[in-house]
Amino acid sequence: MPASDPRSSAPLSRQQYLDLYYFMRLNREVEDTMTRLFRQNKIVGGLYSSLGQEAVSVGTAYALEKRDWMAPMIRNIGALLVKGVPPRDIFTQHMAKYTSPTKGKDGTSHFGDLENLHIVSPISMLGDLIPVMTGVAMAGRYLGQKLVAMTWIGDGGSSTGVFHEGLNLAASQKASFVLILENNQWAYSTPVRRQVPLENLADRAKAYGIASYIVDGNDVVAVYTTAREAVARARAGEGPILIEAKTFRRRGHAQHDPAEYVPAEQREFWEKRDPILLYEKFLTERKLLDAKGKKAIEERIATLLEAEREFAENSPMPPPEFAAEGVYCTGDNCHKIQPRWERPLEEVMPPKSSVEAVWTVAGFGRGKTSDSGGNAPIHFGDTQPHRADEPPPPADAKSAGGKSAGKSKAKAAPAKASARGKARR
Amino acid sequence: MAPVTYLEAIRQAMFEEMAADPSVVLIGEDVGVYGGAFKTSEGLLEKFGWERVIDTPISESAIIGAACGMSYLGLRPIAEMQFIDFIACCFNQLTNFVAKGHYLWNAPAPIVVRGPAGGGVRGGPFHSANPEMYFLHTPGMKIVYPSTPYDAKGLLKASIRDNNPVLFFEHKFLYRRLKEELPEGDYIVPLGKAAVRREGRHLTILSYAAMVHTALEAADALAKEGIEAEVIDLRTLMPLDEEAILQSVKKTNKCLIVHEDTKTGGLAGEIAAILFEKAFHDLDGPVLRVASLDTPVPYAPTLEEAFLPNAQKIFATAKELARF
Repeated sequence: MPASDPRSSAPLSRQQYLDLYYFMRLNREVEDTMTRLFRQNKIVGGLYSSLGQEAVSVGTAYALEKRDWMAPMIRNIGALLVKGVPPRDIFTQHMAKYTSPTKGKDGTSHFGDLENLHIVSPISMLGDLIPVMTGVAMAGRYLGQKLVAMTWIGDGGSSTGVFHEGLNLAASQKASFVLILENNQWAYSTPVRRQVPLENLADRAKAYGIASYIVDGNDVVAVYTTAREAVARARAGEGPILIEAKTFRRRGHAQHDPAEYVPAEQREFWEKRDPILLYEKFLTERKLLDAKGKKAIEERIATLLEAEREFAENSPMPPPEFAAEGVYCTGDNCHKIQPRWERPLEEVMPPKSSVEAVWTVAGFGRGKTSDSGGNAPIHFGDTQPHRADEPPPPADAKSAGGKSAGKSKAKAAPAKASARGKARR
Repeated sequence: MAPVTYLEAIRQAMFEEMAADPSVVLIGEDVGVYGGAFKTSEGLLEKFGWERVIDTPISESAIIGAACGMSYLGLRPIAEMQFIDFIACCFNQLTNFVAKGHYLWNAPAPIVVRGPAGGGVRGGPFHSANPEMYFLHTPGMKIVYPSTPYDAKGLLKASIRDNNPVLFFEHKFLYRRLKEELPEGDYIVPLGKAAVRREGRHLTILSYAAMVHTALEAADALAKEGIEAEVIDLRTLMPLDEEAILQSVKKTNKCLIVHEDTKTGGLAGEIAAILFEKAFHDLDGPVLRVASLDTPVPYAPTLEEAFLPNAQKIFATAKELARF
C-alpha cells in the first residue's frame, strides 16, 4: 500500500514541522561548510554530497525513537544530525582529527556509537549493513527492547548479493527492520535504468514477501509520515518494511566527479524540486514559517557551525604511534560487554526456554506483499502449533522431508511446499 | 566420566556456555531442528528454544552480518558455517566489517564463527578446506584450531567468552575419531597458548589440528631411530604463541613445520620468518616444511592421500633435518 498522501492523514505538530526544516537546513549547511573546507584542502580524502537528498535522511531518521538503532550510509549526514550527532563529529571525521569519533582511524560518515546514540558505522562495501541491522533487530527482540533498526541503501547497492541475503533473512525472521532504498537514480556514473529492469525498486520487496512504500524523496513531510508509519508497523511486529524514496543525486559521486554524464534536463528538473525550497514554500503557505523565523534558524545554525568548525580546525591530528593500537579488544578493561535485558531472563533459560522441535516459526511464510496477492498461492510452513496428540516430527526430519518431496515429482512446487511444512497435516 | 569425542566436546562447550549465559546464542544453517549437519548442536534447540538456536536461510553473509549486529547489543553469538569452506561466501562481511570494527570505531564484536574444516574424509574440493591463512592475514580476528577433545571444549569456551571475533576451526577428521576423558565442571583453555605434546631434544615439529596426531606418529617412528622430536601443538594460530615456539627451537636448534593447509602462503612460511628474525643464531639447520600440495583438495582417495601430508613424509623430512 504505497502511501498516497500521508501528509493529509497525519498532521504534525508545529515543532515537528520546524524540526524537519531545521535539520534539513543544518544538513545542507554542514555539507556546504565541508565543501569550503575541501576547497581549502582541509578535508582528508573524498567528500560526498547529499545535496538535494536531505529530505530522505532527515525525514526517515526523524521517525526513529531514542531506543532505535540506525546505520547511515555515505549520503546520510542528515540522519546522523537528527539522531543527535554534533556537527563537530562530522567535521573532525572528515578532517581525520584525533578528536573525531574514530580518532582519525576512519573518515567521512564511517563512525558509530553503540552506547548512547545506537549508531552502527557503515563500511564502503554496499549492502553489508542490511544483515547487520537485521541482527540488531533480532537481538533487540530477544532482549525485549522493542526497538526498530533502520538503514539506507542506494539504487546501486540494491543490486548486491548481501542486499538479498540480508533482506531475506530479515523477512524470514520478521525482524523489526526498516530499509530506506534511497533511489537517487545514479550509481556513480550508471543510471538506474541500466542497473535494474524495474520501474519501481520497491518491487524488490515483493521477492521477500514484505511490505513496501514508494515516496517522493524530495517531500520531507511525505518521507517522514511514511517512515513513521513503517517504523510503527515494524515495531508492532509486522516484519521488515522497505521504503523507496525517489530522489536525485545533484552532485557527482564525490567532489572529484563533475558528473557530466547526467543529462542537463534531468538535473534542471530536480534542481527545481529542491527539497528545502519546496518545504519552505509549504511552511510559508501554512504560516508555520515567516522571514523572521527563517532568519532566526539561519543564525542559530551559523553560530553553531562556526564554533563546531573552529573546534575541528583547531583539533590535532592523531599521533603516529596511535596507528598500532586497538586492533583487538583487550577484555573488560577495554569493553565491558553486557546486554540490557528488558524481559525476564528466565524466559530464555531452561526449563522455560525448552521447546518441542517443530518445523517453522510463528508467522513465517505468509508471503504478504505491499499490494497483497502478488505471491503464488504456495504456503509452506504457515505455523501450526504442534499438537500434543500428534507424534513429534522425526529427529531426522530433514531426510524424511526430502523423501516425500522426491515421491511426488509431478507437482514439483506444491510437493516441495508440503515437504517443508512437515508439521502441517 | 566416560570419554567423549571431539564433536561431543564441542557440543558440551556450547551447551554449557548457553546454560550459563543467556547472551550466548547459536545461528546457522540447520543448527536447530536438525542439530547441525554433523550433529554438533543436537539437543540445543529443545533445551534453549527458537530464540537462541536460530536456523537461517542459506546465506553465509547474512549469518555473519546478523551475528555481528546481535553482538552490538551485548550478545555473544556463535555462528556456524555448515562446512568451513563456505566461509568464502562471507569473506567480505568478516574481513571488512567484523574484523575492522574495533580498530576503526571502537566496536567489539564478540562472535565465534565455527565450523568443520580439513580433509582426509573424502570431502572433495569444496568440503575439505583449511582457510585459516585468508583470515590470519586480516588484523582483528583470532583463530583457533584444536587437536583434542579437551582443547576443543576449553578453547571453544574461551572463544565464546572472548570479546573479539574468533574463528574456531574444527577438524572434521577428528570429530568422531578421538575420545578423551574430560574434567567435570567448567574449565577453559586460554587462547594464544601452545602445548608441548611430546618432549624431545633433537628437533622441533610445530603443527596444529589433525596434523598434530600425524606428527606424533612420525615422532614415534623417529624415536626408534634415535631421533627425539619435540612436538608442539600451536592450538591458537592468532595470537600465535611465539614464546613457546622460540623456547623449543632454542633448545632443539632445528625446526620442522607441518600443516594440512597448502604450502605456499601457509602458516609455516610465517613461522619460518619469525624464526629467522628472532632465533637465527639458534638454528643449526634450515627451517623445513611439510604441507599439502599447492592444488585444490582432490576427490579420489589416491589423489587426496598424495595431496595430504602423512607420517612418512614427516618422518623423511625430519630425518633429513636431523642430519644437520
